Amino acid sequence: MKAVVLLDFWASPFGQRCRIALAEKGVEYEYREENILGAKSPLLLKSNPVYKKIPVLIHDGKPVCESLIIVQYIDEAWPDRAPLLPADPYARAQARFWADFVDMKVRSPYADASHEFDSCSSLRIATNNCAQPVCSQHPLTLFFMYQFFEYGSRLWKLKGEAQAAAKEEFILILKLLEGELGAKKYFGGDAFGFVDIALAPFVSWFYSYETCAGFSIEEAAPKVAAWGKRCMDRKSVANAVSHPDKIYEMVGVLKKKFGVE
Amino acid sequence: MAETKELVLLNCWASPYGMRCRIALAEKRVEYEHKDENLMEKSPLLLQSNPVHKKIPVLVHGGKPVCESLVIVQYVDEAWPDRAPLLPADAYGRAQARFWADFVDKKIFECGTKLWMLKKEAQGAAKKEFTEGLKLLEGELGEKKYFGGDTFGFVDVALVPLMAWFRTFESFGSFIAETEAPKLVAWGKRCMERESVAMSLPDPGKVYEFVCFMRKMLGLG
Repeated sequence: MKAVVLLDFWASPFGQRCRIALAEKGVEYEYREENILGAKSPLLLKSNPVYKKIPVLIHDGKPVCESLIIVQYIDEAWPDRAPLLPADPYARAQARFWADFVDMKVRSPYADASHEFDSCSSLRIATNNCAQPVCSQHPLTLFFMYQFFEYGSRLWKLKGEAQAAAKEEFILILKLLEGELGAKKYFGGDAFGFVDIALAPFVSWFYSYETCAGFSIEEAAPKVAAWGKRCMDRKSVANAVSHPDKIYEMVGVLKKKFGVE
Repeated sequence: MAETKELVLLNCWASPYGMRCRIALAEKRVEYEHKDENLMEKSPLLLQSNPVHKKIPVLVHGGKPVCESLVIVQYVDEAWPDRAPLLPADAYGRAQARFWADFVDKKIFECGTKLWMLKKEAQGAAKKEFTEGLKLLEGELGEKKYFGGDTFGFVDVALVPLMAWFRTFESFGSFIAETEAPKLVAWGKRCMERESVAMSLPDPGKVYEFVCFMRKMLGLG
């Protein structure tokens, strides 16, 4: 096993954050794809006994869990290059606050998502209207269940009035981010940093959100839209994140599976 | 130097998140002004300082606000680096401390809120999650004096407000702390011997009374 190993799942935006950070630091690592639908590997279960989730970074045999904690660890373990957090304590506090904001608006507001990956049966409970056992479906179904209730996914999951309300909520979130970004090149200022890494993987989802809910992120939050494009120009981001078309394809598959049309 | 600037903590006496900030500031022996907020009528300063979440605690340092309790505690640690370090020096130790503090947020305080905010029928899953969380924390503490080892640190600060809330969680969650988590109870007593903790935690009886009042207001009976 190499000195640095990342246990991950290709479509996970949380794993993508870690990949971006490692690439920014130019750190060589071994990428190990976990089958998050089927049996979890012994290494994953040993490395993240508390949540049994990816991503997990294993550095010289020692595991680090939770994507934003991993990114901060990467920043501190390789401090000599490409700083991801600013040097000044107040700016660091602001970066942590906004990365936490991105997470809050992603995590399920109804239940702790850590249970949603634990067993197929709990997944079935989570989707009342899904007649087939979830295990037999596309592996990515599992991943999307995690985001089932998050603010973004409501945009394609819901219809009619509920979707319109979700759209308004989501636009509010975008406007808050727009305000924080301001005229800066990145959330980190001139340097690509912690908050940019926290949010960049979700740029791939913008096209799906816009198309399903019928709005334009360019119109609602032009600065964030432009920032998204700038991030995609960075090699570390482009190599890590999923193509928007692939995400849209998967959303289409999920909508069919869950009878949302 | 950090001390010359004005320092204000916007807080609510019963908030476990606010207690964390008070403990951290006390550990660093930093003077500050404590402002109790009426959450039914939030002050203009609070709304201006935390426009995103409009919640306490907020630490305002030289007019600049810091929000979210664990972000505040890390800020306090970094703004006064010359004394009582709350996080370990090494990157791996810091990652572990952050992981467990985050766990405390999710599994103890967020989950604990469900114990008293939900009706009895809905509590089942929350109670299981909460008591499982206690057991995992017991495992992590092991035979150490504090979660930080010999020194009181970040995870201790994150969790110790539980000592003011344990009685409330026990009552609504129908469990006995001493039975479910004897090591944590012992750890809590050790923490309460620290001046920073003793002066920052309210009386558990008062917290329980407050929660009973809140439940009536919310029509939970």
